[in-house]
Parts: sequence; structure tokens; C-alpha cells
Amino acid sequence: MRNILIIGATSAIAEATARRFAAGGARFHLVGRNAERLAAIARDLEIRSGQPVVSESLDLDHLEQHPALLERAEQALGGIDVALIAHGTLPDQNACQQSVEKTLAAIHTNALSVISLATLLANAFERRGRGTLIVIGSVAGDRGRQSNYVYGAAKGMVGLFLQGLRNRLSGKGVQVITIKPGFVDTPMTAAFEKKGLLWAQPDRIAQGIVAAVERGRDEVYLPWFWRWIMRVILHIPERLFKRLKL
Amino acid sequence: MSTTAPGSWGRYPPSRPRQILPCRDIQTLALPAEPQSCLPFGNGRSYGDVCLNDGGALLLTRGLDRFIAFDPATGILRAEAGVLLADILALIVPRGWFLSVTPGTQFVTLGGAIANDVHGKNHHLAGSFGCHTRAFELLRSDGERLTCTPERNADWFRATVGGLGLTGLITWVEIQLQRIANPWIVAENRRFANLDQFLALNADYEARYPYTVSWIDCAARGRALGRGIYMAGMHAPPGLMKPPPPERRALTVPFVPPVSLVNNLSVRWFNRLYYHLPRPARGLTPYQPFFYPLDNLLEWNRLYGRRGFFQYQCVIPPAAAREALREMLARIAASGQGSMLAVLKRFGDQTSGGLLSFPRPGFTLALDFPNLGARTFALLESLDEVTRQAGGAVYPAKDARMSGDSFRRYFPRWAEFSRFIDPRFSSSFWRRVMGN
Repeated sequence: MRNILIIGATSAIAEATARRFAAGGARFHLVGRNAERLAAIARDLEIRSGQPVVSESLDLDHLEQHPALLERAEQALGGIDVALIAHGTLPDQNACQQSVEKTLAAIHTNALSVISLATLLANAFERRGRGTLIVIGSVAGDRGRQSNYVYGAAKGMVGLFLQGLRNRLSGKGVQVITIKPGFVDTPMTAAFEKKGLLWAQPDRIAQGIVAAVERGRDEVYLPWFWRWIMRVILHIPERLFKRLKL
Repeated sequence: MSTTAPGSWGRYPPSRPRQILPCRDIQTLALPAEPQSCLPFGNGRSYGDVCLNDGGALLLTRGLDRFIAFDPATGILRAEAGVLLADILALIVPRGWFLSVTPGTQFVTLGGAIANDVHGKNHHLAGSFGCHTRAFELLRSDGERLTCTPERNADWFRATVGGLGLTGLITWVEIQLQRIANPWIVAENRRFANLDQFLALNADYEARYPYTVSWIDCAARGRALGRGIYMAGMHAPPGLMKPPPPERRALTVPFVPPVSLVNNLSVRWFNRLYYHLPRPARGLTPYQPFFYPLDNLLEWNRLYGRRGFFQYQCVIPPAAAREALREMLARIAASGQGSMLAVLKRFGDQTSGGLLSFPRPGFTLALDFPNLGARTFALLESLDEVTRQAGGAVYPAKDARMSGDSFRRYFPRWAEFSRFIDPRFSSSFWRRVMGN
């Protein structure tokens, strides 16, 4: 039985992942923004896991509330074994370009709030000498592109931060996993035309996340072929890359 | 939950919805802009056009997939309408419960099971899915929410059970489960040489087993007309079980071949082989292969090629059954258009009361035919002729071609039903059989 904290529990990837954890026996503490949806998910997970589920709705942009949040989760679960940080927004790139405020808000939600939570969780895990921290990053964080570089910059920042954290905690019993999904068919990406082989269902990502935990992986592209796509994209010289419409 | 254009299981008729609206939670219903109509679309396992809305909008319900309540003491389960029966089984079987009625695939949604009032191998004993539905919520396009039970809003209950998704969106469903001792089935197989032998065996087996069904070799003619294999089963009693079998990995038909792989020759050889294949007379089997023999071959509908296929399932009242079934089997064998998955079973007297429910007392025969164009349409119409004369009915969930005239004869309460249709809801099927 694992004690699992999920932050951003109403995201499609988080919900699918929680169900897979529930099937293997788990107790959950859920945090999300939309209270009604969160309650429905909590009830569903209670039935699937056969264990009581605690949930609380919170705006994670309020960083000053993070320490108390984690304390409540620790209390309710009696120690966190696994923490999944899955909250985020997909900002409108064009709107951000015209608004510093929107750009910084997107970076606040997708990077700073994640870094705040990751720091607090990592320190708690380090003190206990064990724990698994999973963070949903994105392939968009591997290279800046004109179509979504605000989102990409936030995810890239998180990715670098986690590399450092992983390095720091290596050998201290703490596992830090960065998940980099490609295109996922979720409500967050509802505005896109979803056709073709590159789009994956949330459950496929969830399956990869659970496998990454079991196998002790560090950075995982999901589905797997994104590792190779991103490898190619990273190797395009900037002189050429800057002219591409990506 | 994919948002690429959904189709029906028979891959016929081709259809293009103008808009696809995924549902995410049961609190909100996104409707398409006027004057477009909409139709709930579950997991796309109905064969013809009851799940299609050509030129209109589809409300994808697979996103409504949360459990709401489960009482392991009473076996009462409430869940959102997009939950698959497969998900329910994964939850309840380890806790000693089973679906009271299950169709031949576990990949259907709860909402779809009600909208088509599906039946299973235990119909002679347990009736249809609607008979074990305790309650559901119906969300109308004007925002009204109706909690329907056999007593409360009973008229809406009867219109929506078997109502083909036309009365509004089913948001959640509450069903009664049945107790089981373990996941195993005691199964019995017996060959029969013709239709009369089937009828004799059937009376005997129905008295002893809750689950009965027969496979028919419909390529056989003459004295062997109606030969097949009788399959009966019951949930294994406590103590009678084996260690869990290794999990079988499902295979997937990887692509759609340009022409159907199911054809005259393959059907004849398959049927002959299947009939003579040695099989244990009695044994213990896991529940999945017993109830869902095809669920381990994902996307099997692709085998029928680009033009798709038809299912034909009719029910014939008991008095006319013997003659009508003989006539149908003779017409099929003479046509040279064979079916691999011909299935015969008796429906019992218990009905859900659904105004458009298909199951009614009599013998039901289900067949599948690759779409060969006009030849196939002609054969199916000639089968309809027999069904009409015998006073039977054809199953809308499997239909893509019956005439409006046939439909109104098979479902005489259609006019009463049509008063309950939501003004914003419609389907390709309904427009077809209503002739507009």
C-alpha cells in the first residue's frame, strides 16, 4: 500500500495515473482547483482503491500556502511515499506575446509553483531518506519554438531544476522522475485537431508513469518514440532551426 | 476517448458528424449550436447507425467514466454512463459480484447498454439489462434532470431503456449486481445435427443452466440444416475453481484489408472446422472466454474489409419459430453468403418494459454478412420478409438497412415513444426509419 499525493489531480493524465496506482493498492491525498470535479474523482478513487481518499481544492498559484498544504497531506497519509506534480495550464502563445503579465502568469503556474512544491517535497523526502517525486514536464521544454515558447520555457526550467535536484538527491534514497509527454488527447489540448499517430491517450501516459516508478527511471519520454523525435530536433543547428515554422 | 471521427462497429454506413463534443463531467452538458441535432456516442459497439448522427453533433460520453458508489454488501453499483462494462467487471469480480446481464462484449458503456437494452446468454432467466437497472439520471437539452426508476418518472424510464439515446443524455446509472463465488464458469458443449435437435436440447439445458447459447453452421444445407454447437454455463460453486490462468495478451487486427477476409470460401471452411473441432463436453473456464470470446481479438471488425459488414439479428415468436428459422437458414445457405458468427438463443418472457426494447419472447438468431452491396441488401430484405410474416422484430442496435415500414411493424409503440424524444436529439437511424 503506497501513500500517494497528487497535485493537479483533475488533470486527465493525473486521473489516469491515479487509477493505475489504485489498482495496485494505494491511499490518496488529492489537490486540485475545481472542487466539484475533484470530489467526483476522489469518490471514484475511493471505490477503485477501497481506501478513503482526502481531497482539497486550492489555487496553487498561492505559493505561501504550499508548506501548510504538504503538512496536511503528510498528516492525512501518515507519510508520503509518492508525490505526483501534474498541475499546469497551456497558455495562449499569441496572447502571451502581447502581454508581459500573461507571460509571467504562465511561468508562475507552470514553473515557479512546481519548483516551490518540488523543493518542499524533496527536502521532506531527503529528511526521511526515501520518497518518489514525479513531475509532468513536456517535450515542449526541450527546445524553444515560436508556437509555444512561453509554455516551453516554463517546462524547460522545471526540467533543468529537476536534473539538479536528482543530482543532489542521488544516493539519498530519493527518486526524482521527469515525465515528458508528447501530444496527449486531453481537455487541456482540446483546441487542437487530434489526428495522426503522434497523439496518445492519457492512459498510455499513465502506464508509462507507473512503469517509470517501478523501474526507477530518471527522465522518460512518453510514448517512447518522442525520445528519438526530440533527439533529432535538438540536433538541428540554430541557424537553420530559427527559420523553421515549428 | 479519441476525438477522431467515430464510426460504428459494422463500418457501415460511412458517416461524418459535423461536430464532436467530448463530455467531461456530468454536471455540464455542452450542446452544439442551433439548429444542429446531437446524439450521445459511447464506445461505438453498436453495428449500424443507431450511434451515428450524420451531419449533426456527437456527444462523446467515454469521458464520463467515474464510479459514484458501490456497496459490496448489497451489490448495488452507481457509475457515470461512460464507464465500460469491462471496468465494472475489473472492480466487482474480485469482490464476489458479477453483472446481472452482460452482452457478448465487455467494451460497451453503461449508457449504451441501457439505450439498446442489451441482453445476454441468460435472457431466458434474467431478462434484459433494463430489468436490473435500478435508476438513472436523464439530462434533457433544456437542462432538466430526471431521476428515472421503474416507479419514479416511470414513463421516462420505459422510453429511455431501449430508447437509442434519443430521449436525452444518460449521466449516471445504478444497477443491481449478482453474487458469484469465484470468476469461473462451469461450461458444457454439445453438438447437434439439425434444428429439431437444437429445439429438443434447448428445453433440457435451459432448465439446468442460467447461460445458454448456440452457434449455428449456416453453410450447412439439407438434412444438416441448422446443425451447430450448444454451449451452456453457470457460475462455478464455492470451492470449484482453478489457479488463475496466465493473462492472455489481446491480439489486434492491425489494418483494414481492401476486401473482406470473410468470404464464401473462408466461411464454409471455418464453419466445417468449427463444427467438427473436438472440444471438452464439460469443463471449468474463466468467465472472459465464455462471455466475451471475441474481446481478445481487438478491432476484429476490420476483417470484413473497407466496405464493412452487416449484422442481422431478429427475434421470432415461439409458435412461428421452427418454420421461420428453417426458412431463413435455407435462404442464407442458398444465397452463398455465409456467416461465421451465427448465434441462436431463446428469449424468455421477462421484459424491461422499454417502449423500443428489442428482446421479447421467442427465438433470436444473429448473423453477420460482409457487405457485398446489392446482393447483401437483397438477402437481408428477404430475411426481413420472413421476420415480418412471422410477427418478429429486428434489433436496431445491429441494423443499418431495415425499411421504415419494417421498423414500425417491429416496434408498434414507436409513436408513443416519439413523444419522449428530446427536441435537440436525433440520429442517422431515426431519420432513416422515420423517412426524413
